[in-house]
Amino acid sequence: MKLIKPPLPSADKRWKIVDSRMRRYSYQAHALIEVLHTVQQSFGYLDKDALKFVAAALHVPLSRVYGVSTFYNFFSLKPHGAHTCVVCLGTACYVKGGDKVLAAIESYARIKRGETTRDKQLSLLTERCNGACTIAPIVVYDGTVAGHQTPKEAVERLKGIVKL
Amino acid sequence: MTHEDLVATAEKEKAARKEIRLRCCMAGGCLFSRSADVKTALEKAVKNNGMSERVEICRVGCMGLCGQGPLVGVDPEGLLYEHVTPENASSIVTALAGGVAEAARGDPRHPFFARQMPVVLARSGRVDPERIEQYIESGGYSALHHVLFEMQPGQVIQAIAKSGLRGRGGAGYPTGLKWATVAKSAGERKYVVCNADEGDPGAFMDRSVLESDPHAVLEGMAIAGRAVGADQGFIYVRAEYPLAINRLQIAIQQAKRHGLLGPGIFESSFNFNVDVRIGAGAFVCGEETALMASIEGKRGQPRPRPPFPAEHGLWGYPTLLNNVETFANIAPIISRGADWYAGLGTEKSKGTKVFSLSGKIRNTGVIEVEMGITIREIVEELGGGALDGAKVKAVQTGGPSGGCIPAAHFETPVDYESLLKLGSIMGSGGMVVMDEHTNMVELARFYMQFCMEESCGKCIPCRVGTVEMYQLLTRLTEHKATLRDLEQLEELCDLVQNTSLCGLGQSAPNPVLSTLRYFRDEYLELLQAQEDGSSDGESSSIARSSKSLAQM
Repeated sequence: MKLIKPPLPSADKRWKIVDSRMRRYSYQAHALIEVLHTVQQSFGYLDKDALKFVAAALHVPLSRVYGVSTFYNFFSLKPHGAHTCVVCLGTACYVKGGDKVLAAIESYARIKRGETTRDKQLSLLTERCNGACTIAPIVVYDGTVAGHQTPKEAVERLKGIVKL
Repeated sequence: MTHEDLVATAEKEKAARKEIRLRCCMAGGCLFSRSADVKTALEKAVKNNGMSERVEICRVGCMGLCGQGPLVGVDPEGLLYEHVTPENASSIVTALAGGVAEAARGDPRHPFFARQMPVVLARSGRVDPERIEQYIESGGYSALHHVLFEMQPGQVIQAIAKSGLRGRGGAGYPTGLKWATVAKSAGERKYVVCNADEGDPGAFMDRSVLESDPHAVLEGMAIAGRAVGADQGFIYVRAEYPLAINRLQIAIQQAKRHGLLGPGIFESSFNFNVDVRIGAGAFVCGEETALMASIEGKRGQPRPRPPFPAEHGLWGYPTLLNNVETFANIAPIISRGADWYAGLGTEKSKGTKVFSLSGKIRNTGVIEVEMGITIREIVEELGGGALDGAKVKAVQTGGPSGGCIPAAHFETPVDYESLLKLGSIMGSGGMVVMDEHTNMVELARFYMQFCMEESCGKCIPCRVGTVEMYQLLTRLTEHKATLRDLEQLEELCDLVQNTSLCGLGQSAPNPVLSTLRYFRDEYLELLQAQEDGSSDGESSSIARSSKSLAQM
């Protein structure tokens, strides 16, 4: 049986990256998580069109694609802000005051963990230990890991990255 | 590649080596502390001082003492420099010609190094993890060759069984027995899976191994594939470890190019492929059946066992699942012999164990010690004790599935059974040290929040029980709990432990149970604070009933 391949959702070149990823896995259903990673890397988040396209191309029900997208913490159905700030909430960071760093950032940016500022400039995220426990507590500013953070330093660094 | 090629590659690599080698750590904590800039500065200094003939700069993996990074090692002198900065790095190079370097000198004879027994970490911090030639030079892939040409698969399994190696993911199941079960299981195809979903917060041993010596894991997997009759392997790595993923992919490509993975390994009839699968941030995927569901592209939800993966695993085929450290132990066991390995450690826990030290401790980093070493030796001697003159209160092992071991029990030897007896577990090897400023009830609440958020929601005891327990712990920390709440917390611990589907739920109460066991006072203090102002009769009845609870 020849399976029908859905058309790319738009002329956006990023869809070609997603498609070539799926081709590498011969459009097999078990590539779903790998493909969602590629979509998220390319677009920054998973929107409805992406979920529908991936479901059709891999021949899995949309419900399953949605189920997988919402099950894993790495996938986001909403776009992040222009800048991201990820506070580690692992044990080592916790015992060294990571919770206080988070509280300071929350009160400075006036958003809670998991939220994005209204002007879409900053998303405040948390993570479950990225293994840099020896320099705890850590915060990842726009992808760059910074160790030995204090509430004061974290707010100072944020001020340098984004105007709120 | 043939055996002669292997030897020739090793000799060529040895011959190309320069008189002095500066090893620059390019893994984990050191990289985050700008070690890449340090390496560039070193290279520049070597060139500017006209020392390129004699001195080489080598990118290496983790040297262990990550808290003191970036680290630079000097061979053959064996010097160690700590907290090297791009600014003072050039002084290390000029000091080679005489003089004193500005960078701080570390002590390679410190117990942190001297008390270790590196087997899994033997190459870590010594070889370039992105060059297969250096792995081969240090004896790599000769164990795989030996297995393919000098041993029968059954003999390999026997050797692993005889070595006494037990699963390093934490549960401690005998590795040889697991291999034998998979080998015996009938299936038109079989799989070998490496669990690199190191989810316990505060654990970073596997990350260190993958970033420092990825070929050791690949070689172990290939040997396992030969032993159980599998030709396809998967490494499931968590997405939080991009560098580990990158180095694994480089290692796989290099091994394929050299004919050490892929079809016809060492020009034999043995084929073995390894693919990397990237997790997506779900703690439960460290559980083996959830991990397999995730590899199959599904939600990472566990299923009841039996059937065990050894009989019914990936896509229903027999599957061998081991942890990173377990696989990294395989080649040394084959090369140096099962008897050698069985001679290390204690009666029931053989060999060595890698631990990651973090928290309120002076020397943070990755260590490998012989089984049977006491917790005190690890914390006080290797770890250098607590920070800022504080006193170590407890050590947490096994992450959210483990427990807290109080300082009073620090003379306990590290082995699977002893730690279990204390109400904790060996776990994968994360050790987080707490000092007297750590509130144990807050800590228990922290872990419960973790389990609550990471519960996959499939079974009710875990899905609902963790929320209930979290709320009770929150009431406690807010001084709002009554004795009845504490009783209910203990009942829930028992219920969730005994009725949850998988390890996540079954072990979620452990941090509460172990802190209740050793730090019950801290729980009672929170209760009594609320009861302040009550009559004497009432508080003595609380004291009585809490005593009876303690005896339960």
